[in-house]
Amino acid sequence: MANLKELSKKEEILSGGHRLCAGCGASIAARQVLSALDDPVVVANATGCLEVATTIYPYTSWKSSFIHNAFENAAATISGVEAMFKSLKKQGKMNKEIKFIAFGGDGGTYDIGLQSLSGALERGHNFVYVCYDNEAYMNTGIQRSSATPRGAWTTTTPAGKVISGKTQYRKNLTEIVAAHNIPYVAQANPWRWNDLVEKARKAFFTDGPAFINVLSPCPRGWRFDSKDTVKISKLAVQTNFWPLYEVENGVWKLNYKPKERKPIREWMEAQGRYKHLFTSENEHIIKEIQEEIDKNWGKLLAKCGEK
Amino acid sequence: MNNKMTAITGNEAVAYAIKQINPDVMAAYPITPQTDIVEKYSEYVADGLVDTEFVTVESEHSAMSACVGAAAAGGRVMTATSANGLALMFEILYVASSNRLPIIMPMVNRALSGPINIHCDHGDSMAARDSGWIQIYSENVQKAYDNTIQAVRIAEHMEVRLPIMVMYDGFITSHGIECVELLDDDKVAKFVGKYSPRYPLLDINHPVTYGPLDLYDYYFEHKRQQIEAMKKAKKVILEIGKEFKQFFGREYQLFEEYRLSDAERAIVVLSSTAGTAKEVVDELRTKGEKVGLLKLRLFRPFPYEEIAQVLSHLKAIAILDRSHSFGAFGGPLFTEIRSALLETGKVPQNVNYIYGLGGRDINQTDIASIYADLEKIVKTSRVEERVKYFGVRE
Amino acid sequence: MSDNQKLGWKEIPEGGLITKAGNSATYETGSWRSARPVRDEEKCTNCLICWVYCPDSSILVSNEKIKNIDYSHCKGCGICATECPVKAIKMINEKKFAD
Repeated sequence: MANLKELSKKEEILSGGHRLCAGCGASIAARQVLSALDDPVVVANATGCLEVATTIYPYTSWKSSFIHNAFENAAATISGVEAMFKSLKKQGKMNKEIKFIAFGGDGGTYDIGLQSLSGALERGHNFVYVCYDNEAYMNTGIQRSSATPRGAWTTTTPAGKVISGKTQYRKNLTEIVAAHNIPYVAQANPWRWNDLVEKARKAFFTDGPAFINVLSPCPRGWRFDSKDTVKISKLAVQTNFWPLYEVENGVWKLNYKPKERKPIREWMEAQGRYKHLFTSENEHIIKEIQEEIDKNWGKLLAKCGEK
Repeated sequence: MNNKMTAITGNEAVAYAIKQINPDVMAAYPITPQTDIVEKYSEYVADGLVDTEFVTVESEHSAMSACVGAAAAGGRVMTATSANGLALMFEILYVASSNRLPIIMPMVNRALSGPINIHCDHGDSMAARDSGWIQIYSENVQKAYDNTIQAVRIAEHMEVRLPIMVMYDGFITSHGIECVELLDDDKVAKFVGKYSPRYPLLDINHPVTYGPLDLYDYYFEHKRQQIEAMKKAKKVILEIGKEFKQFFGREYQLFEEYRLSDAERAIVVLSSTAGTAKEVVDELRTKGEKVGLLKLRLFRPFPYEEIAQVLSHLKAIAILDRSHSFGAFGGPLFTEIRSALLETGKVPQNVNYIYGLGGRDINQTDIASIYADLEKIVKTSRVEERVKYFGVRE
Repeated sequence: MSDNQKLGWKEIPEGGLITKAGNSATYETGSWRSARPVRDEEKCTNCLICWVYCPDSSILVSNEKIKNIDYSHCKGCGICATECPVKAIKMINEKKFAD
């Protein structure tokens, strides 16, 4: 069980002086995930906020070895690193224990990086993939991704006279990854840090591929004040927008059930990217989104053997 | 085990070379006409004959990405591809060379789509000539095999540390059976030696960051370093070629001059067409014609000084390109050679023949007609048509 | 750093590599702030919630206790003040600290 005092004793892998925005959810997620490590690690990172802001030449915020290759291939890159490690170990040239982690945003994971991720999962490499999901291509200026929720404003799904924000629902990547039948899959959130750290710990201990999808609220792109990042993360869970669950060796387990789920309206009211939905013409969109959330929650409960 | 003469295809010979090199990691994806390499290599892996961790990736883009990860991790890495596979890896080719990772890649020349064509054409490797990879062309199976072995030492040389692609012609060389001397396992292992990676990711006591964001204040400096390394590669290629001779008896240089020094007319060409052309040169020489051939081996870095030196005495040259750059004035080899000759101020009459695209065959009669064209040029001191498309139906 | 103080191509590591791990610690992002968190040591229970939520690793902990806030990196996001269970952190306008 994660204990803050114990965790605080470890040396931080991500140092300060990076140029992520004030209040960035991704850096909170990354710090929490990395705090679960006890072994040295090699980090691969897809192009995106986390990667760009932490490695502006000649500065790097990474105290561990780190590789950025391109946008769509974090999983393929870490596959190569892990394969080299396995090869050297087999030849008796490597006797250390090293963990391998790939970070990717929703852009580099749900969309352009999906093939590379799927391939790495299918081949069964021993690594952890952490997706920090901020629900759009934030680094290039808030363009939509398949992780952008329905109704949300982005620069490529603006709220216009004819179309009001993104028309499609989010892709359920966590379930797509679970369908690869890898040993460990989880959905986590930086508000519930002990759940996240515990999941990261399990992921690092898994023999084979492990995947964690972490909601990473973005003050810039979601339009909320930088001090509210953790509050928004909490709301995501309390509205069942971002359920916390894990799939361990094919067994689905729900990690948090709100006593009374909050309406998705509350989640939307807290973020400027939804403000165009609060009109009489768009009221129905909010209703449909609420129905979709409730439907998906019901399906998840069934999978987890809950009522 | 002694060196043995074997009847073997280009792909099988190259697969055998890779086995003897025994890289730590190979990440590759099949594509015609390279497939036999990965198939043969899979057999070696399944039989436990190599230490290689063979990553059967799901695309060529992931193949090169995994190679970059593995090479940065710190070890010897190889792959192989062709045509559209190379095109798919295109983005990552640049990452490999800019990160100074000595990845070794046999590259079977095949036409780029579209329409889709699986036959011999140099458009694929020519399209990658700006990517920062060292490029070597192999005339036949023996040379493809020998070049693959030398490539390891060239790429990994401390002053170079650049990735390298070794080309040979699709189907003609890759699937053609030739009589080849395969070298002794131990001697090859001794020749390629051990690899000492610089800044391996797996050296956790010296953590390093690969692939940062360069703003406009550093990108140019990083590229300048790459330019310098590429310049140094030429000297290293010659050194390794000499060392190969000491080990194995065959010397390799930047190009091969075939009956060139006293020639008046010559053809400049890459790869298997050179073999056909040599026959024509010998035939014409028996008739007293002063003809010769320059077969280029090294294309990147382009040995412009040396080429200009050996060509400038000629009266007329035909430069054969098995690819074209749409919108350019002639094919890639033509533009490079003309540019090189300009440095000497002694520019022979020259003409470009675009030939063989998509596997269109070129035979001895064709080549003899090219020498005849050159004779007319020498007699009239005029070039009627600078760029010709040889063998296409009008 | 002006352009002519930056190193030339012969002096920097090849391949774009950064060999000084974690050296962004020398890059000060504290100037981004418009308000800074100030911790009331009396009220603080050292629960370390601010530490686990800080995006900039700017809550410095030693021996399970908060030592201080790294003002050379703190961007003033205000998450620590918002999440502190005992309201021991207040965000004070940076102007009050100008010299």
